[in-house]
Amino acid sequence: MKFLLVEDNLDLANAIASRMRQDGHIIDHAENLGDAQAFIEVGEYELILLDIMLPDGDGRTFLAQHRASDRDTPVIVLTARSQVSDRISSLDMGADDYVTKPFDHAELEARCRAVLRRRSGNAKTTIELGKITFDPVSGQMTVDGRAVQMRNRELRLLELFLNAPGQIFSKNKLSDRLFSFDEDVSENAIEVYIGRLRKHLSGSDLKITTLRGIGYRLDHVE
Amino acid sequence: MRYTLVLALISLSAAAGAQEWEDRQLFNEGGGDSALRIISSTDTNLFAPLIETFVTRNPDVAVEYLVTGTADIDRRFRASPGDFDIAISSAMDLQLKLANDGFALPLEDIEHPAWAEWRKSLFAFTSEPAAIVVNREAFDGHPIPQSRQELIEALRARPEIFHDRIGTYDVRRSGLGYLFATQDARASETFWRLMEVMGALDARLYSSSSQMIEDLSNGTIIVAYNVLGSYAEPRAARDDVLEIVLPSDFPTTMMRTALVSQETTQAGAAEAFIQFLVSYQWEDDGEARTLPPLSEEDAIERATIGLEPALLAFLDTLKRDKFLTEWENALIQD
Amino acid sequence: MSNSVEVSGSLRNRLVLTLIGGAAVLAMLLFFAVRSYAVQVAQQGQDSILEASVASMLDAATIRDGAVELDLPYSAFSMLSTSADDRVFYAIYQDGTFLSGYEDLAYSEGQPFETQLMRGSDVRTVSASRTMIGADLRTDIQIVLAQTQDALSETLDQISRNVALFGIGFFALAAALSFWATSATIGQLDKLTISVTRRGPQDLSPFAKPVPQEMAPLVKSLNSLMGRLDQSLSQSEDFIAEAAHRVRTPLATVRSYAEATLQRVDKEENREAMRSMVKAIDESSRAAGQLLDHAMTTFRADHLERDDIDLVELVAELVQRLTPIVDMKDLTLTQNGDGQVPYAGDPILIQSAVRNLIDNSMKYSPVESAITITVAADPAPRITVCDQGPGFPSNEIETLTARFQRGANAATTIGSGLGLTIAQDVALAHGGALHLTNQPEGGACVTLSFSH
Repeated sequence: MKFLLVEDNLDLANAIASRMRQDGHIIDHAENLGDAQAFIEVGEYELILLDIMLPDGDGRTFLAQHRASDRDTPVIVLTARSQVSDRISSLDMGADDYVTKPFDHAELEARCRAVLRRRSGNAKTTIELGKITFDPVSGQMTVDGRAVQMRNRELRLLELFLNAPGQIFSKNKLSDRLFSFDEDVSENAIEVYIGRLRKHLSGSDLKITTLRGIGYRLDHVE
Repeated sequence: MRYTLVLALISLSAAAGAQEWEDRQLFNEGGGDSALRIISSTDTNLFAPLIETFVTRNPDVAVEYLVTGTADIDRRFRASPGDFDIAISSAMDLQLKLANDGFALPLEDIEHPAWAEWRKSLFAFTSEPAAIVVNREAFDGHPIPQSRQELIEALRARPEIFHDRIGTYDVRRSGLGYLFATQDARASETFWRLMEVMGALDARLYSSSSQMIEDLSNGTIIVAYNVLGSYAEPRAARDDVLEIVLPSDFPTTMMRTALVSQETTQAGAAEAFIQFLVSYQWEDDGEARTLPPLSEEDAIERATIGLEPALLAFLDTLKRDKFLTEWENALIQD
Repeated sequence: MSNSVEVSGSLRNRLVLTLIGGAAVLAMLLFFAVRSYAVQVAQQGQDSILEASVASMLDAATIRDGAVELDLPYSAFSMLSTSADDRVFYAIYQDGTFLSGYEDLAYSEGQPFETQLMRGSDVRTVSASRTMIGADLRTDIQIVLAQTQDALSETLDQISRNVALFGIGFFALAAALSFWATSATIGQLDKLTISVTRRGPQDLSPFAKPVPQEMAPLVKSLNSLMGRLDQSLSQSEDFIAEAAHRVRTPLATVRSYAEATLQRVDKEENREAMRSMVKAIDESSRAAGQLLDHAMTTFRADHLERDDIDLVELVAELVQRLTPIVDMKDLTLTQNGDGQVPYAGDPILIQSAVRNLIDNSMKYSPVESAITITVAADPAPRITVCDQGPGFPSNEIETLTARFQRGANAATTIGSGLGLTIAQDVALAHGGALHLTNQPEGGACVTLSFSH
């Protein structure tokens, strides 16, 4: 997916961009409102991540102008303000959602997904591999044309594997992506989710291979 | 100067103590530490029932009742006001002058109509008109005169009948006589004509009403002018020939007055007596009295002599001398 | 915040006292002026009667046969009759020699009217003389006439009483007018006070209504003060926002780097360090956020602004916004009850309270469990958040809502005590209460109730 990140703090912008690129997204970075405007006019974005306090103006002004134009790219605001504030409710009017700094990357991802799900409607960004199809936005998966209901973490685990088939993921890496840092994750938690995912994938031509002491890998069995 | 005046006062009061009284009577003897001394011009027989009622109601008060003439009351009272507790007199002018000169004790608590009191110190308690009293036999076949003018005409018509047989006050000796005479003179010139007629008939002169009525009864005189009707009435009731005429032209009505001495030693008893006196004599009281009650009707309809400072005018020595000279000129024709 | 103001006296009392004091002084002046004028007039009245009387006495003097005769007219004394029966004294002298009357009354040369003491009474005397000329005689007749002043005193007493009554009436009227004038004047201040009081806490706009001239400087200063306050408030808000931005943005940067680094680092001890770093950042930012929320809640609760809201809709918005995070943890967030629950309250405060309750539930919820939010209208508007976690420790349920109090089994959970405190503050500000219960089948329930 293609994102526009409007953020004047270069360090933070780089950190967010690199983190999102890891997930296979394309990120354009604008340092101020002027650049942001230029980017929008040239490129098509599926989502805008907008900081409020910018050197050349207030993000809300940009938001208002954006809403007044005929573009309907969804916007998620990055704010450092308190939750209990009038300003946030006024943000609500223009923004699709907001995240308070500092944020859990997983939360940002989840909000992006939720916003896109709400806004994109029928637009499909389906990943196909073997007998399965997967829509990361709506979280729908079919095995051999049969819809499979999965929980959020199972979906996110699947998405990790589907984005890099054949790549080995260590237990630690998977655990970092599935759980937030304030959760106490038991040693065998990943094994439980791997087990569930294997059950969902049964009947398909995909399988998760355990590499003892190293990690897990998604294999396409011909 | 002052020394001689004091001496004179002392000798006067000593003389007063020794002087004779027309009457002197003690009521409720031993009823109190000292008797309430009343100096009065009213005959004892008229006043006694009133005092008796008073001492009955106030058994701890004794009353000494001293009778003398009006002019004498004034003289004695002025000489030694401490000797008397109450002064009662028919001579309103003298009484008023006593009060005016500060001899009377004001009694603020006594409720009395304004026209019947002066300065809360002089209290009137009777209404008594001056009357003409005639012997009806002397007017047999002739109309009894009803006014001064008719009296003048009657006297002129039959001088032989009336010569030496008419009486009136000797205004030089009687205070009440002087009051009646001056009031008559103020009211009408008729008075002076009457005096001249009476003078021509050698009128007899008296110092009190009782003497005149006495002489009327025994036939010494047949007409008495300016007699107190109140004195004549009991005698007229007894003696059929006497007739009391209140002059129809202008009646002169006197109010008997009482005052308490400024120097009284028995202010409480004296005030009680005055209080008793005015309420006893108030006309609405139905009791039979020996003295005529105070009458508001009289005060309005008849020419009752008012308690006012004008009474002082005829007491002025110059004026008095002038009046007496005129009176003598009219009445005493030698 | 203290609402008491140091009070020094009352403007109303001062104004009333000044006006009433002025009226009292005026009434007294009036009384004395009228009384002294009355004394003068009454004395003139008595003097003119005395003068007329003495004149008629002198008129009566005649010379007969070379001697002076004086026949005092009755009317000269009649006219001295008064309602108070005043005493009368007189003395007649011829060339200084006493003729008649009261010898203790002395003739006064040159001074026609005098007030002196005679026989224990104050008397007003008039002295007058007449020169008589006969054939071979020229003589002076002098008359002194005196009268006590009882009737005069009575008249003056009467006048004094009337003037006093009039003065009291004047004073009463003036006092009533003072009260009226004062309340009319103070009323303007009251009006201003009411219009200041009625303003909402955010309304710092200048007063536009016309005020009396004398109050213009006050209102001008008030407007200028509010202008400065408004500016300084927005400046401080901007400052806080700027400060938060400056602190949180680097935190966000560090956190993002740490997370990104975690993806590339394999060595377990390095990973653990990264995790600890992220945890510390989360904990501090969450604590800071809650402290800020709590301060903001306290501020808003002090100046509660009520809007007409639908609690069902308000909770639905919140549920929608929280769903992505709940999903991430494989929890379900369900809202029960439908229809509308209208209520007049501060939506931002209520949202904050409910969000804190849901946050807490999320912290304690076991994997793949459900959180239920129920909105009910009866008997009072209420929002209940229930989870399937361990529930509150039964021995601490009472003290749990106290500030910073945490459950014994929640030692590792960030700031849940403060979350409950925020919720309780919001409930109290709306005249309601916070109830903590444990469900029989397990799990904690927190009910946020409001009063009508």
